[in-house]
Amino acid sequence: MPDSIVTPEMQELIGREVDEGVAEVTTSGCRLFARAVGHSDPVFYDEDIARARGYRSLVAPPGYLGTPVNTQTRGGMVPVPALIAQLRIPYKRHLDGGTAYEYLEAVVAGDVVTSRSKITRFEERLGSIGPMLITYHETAYARQDGTVVAKMYGNVIHY
Amino acid sequence: MPLNTTQVTFDDVNVGDEIPALRKACTTQQLVMWAGASGDFYQIHYDPDFARGTGLDGIIVHGALKNAFLGQLLHDWIAPAGFLRRFGCQYRGMDYPNQEIVSRGVVTRKYEEDGQALVDLDIWTENAAGKKTTPGTATVVLPRG
Repeated sequence: MPDSIVTPEMQELIGREVDEGVAEVTTSGCRLFARAVGHSDPVFYDEDIARARGYRSLVAPPGYLGTPVNTQTRGGMVPVPALIAQLRIPYKRHLDGGTAYEYLEAVVAGDVVTSRSKITRFEERLGSIGPMLITYHETAYARQDGTVVAKMYGNVIHY
Repeated sequence: MPLNTTQVTFDDVNVGDEIPALRKACTTQQLVMWAGASGDFYQIHYDPDFARGTGLDGIIVHGALKNAFLGQLLHDWIAPAGFLRRFGCQYRGMDYPNQEIVSRGVVTRKYEEDGQALVDLDIWTENAAGKKTTPGTATVVLPRG
């Protein structure tokens, strides 16, 4: 195992919350996302059906609070949290290691969500692709009324 | 895939039950649709030369798309009255375009908490060789029967 690449400055970032910005959940965005996944439930496409089922508008499909929102708030071409993107990591390549979502309330078109993210842990490992750094992160998504409606837990692997 | 025509309820479910599988085979077109819908434009998902330049064998399917397939697997099982509380997976293996990706789930626990009827599952996608490339877990809220 080579020497640790986690600097004291990186350690200090653990737990520091950063506002990532605001993103809108839109009817077009929900439909586009549902179509890309291949969803067949009209609750993601037809507002009348969504309302008949008790929602204010189209339902955001599972994972919409996730990449589409993160890419709106983070900018750039790859949805890595800004906190992680700015780290000075000597490894050039990265992969998404995993994602989990927790939903506290249904998320629907018309919601405007503010994302707050933090790094929770660094882990170094020697894998089949060589030495790697795994950075664990969390994002909380709050609706315009302040209610946290969802959380995302993920990790990015640099190697 | 057609949606369930009958609502699955808490009383219907038993530990060990396998939920209906969801089968996909991503074309490169679907990967481009996902890139556009999600905003993830990392070139390893649509540019073969770029992908090989990073040491991969070729274009790979987005991990978050496979995660979204697991979201569809669960949604289709519990709709319309269930609520997807939590789901996620680790991206442990690569999947490639035009190869079958099957999403599956097995019930591991059913219990009540804060007045809600909850069901935990192990979920995963597997490739054509039967290898689990995205192992994960989920919790759903189901209506009582």
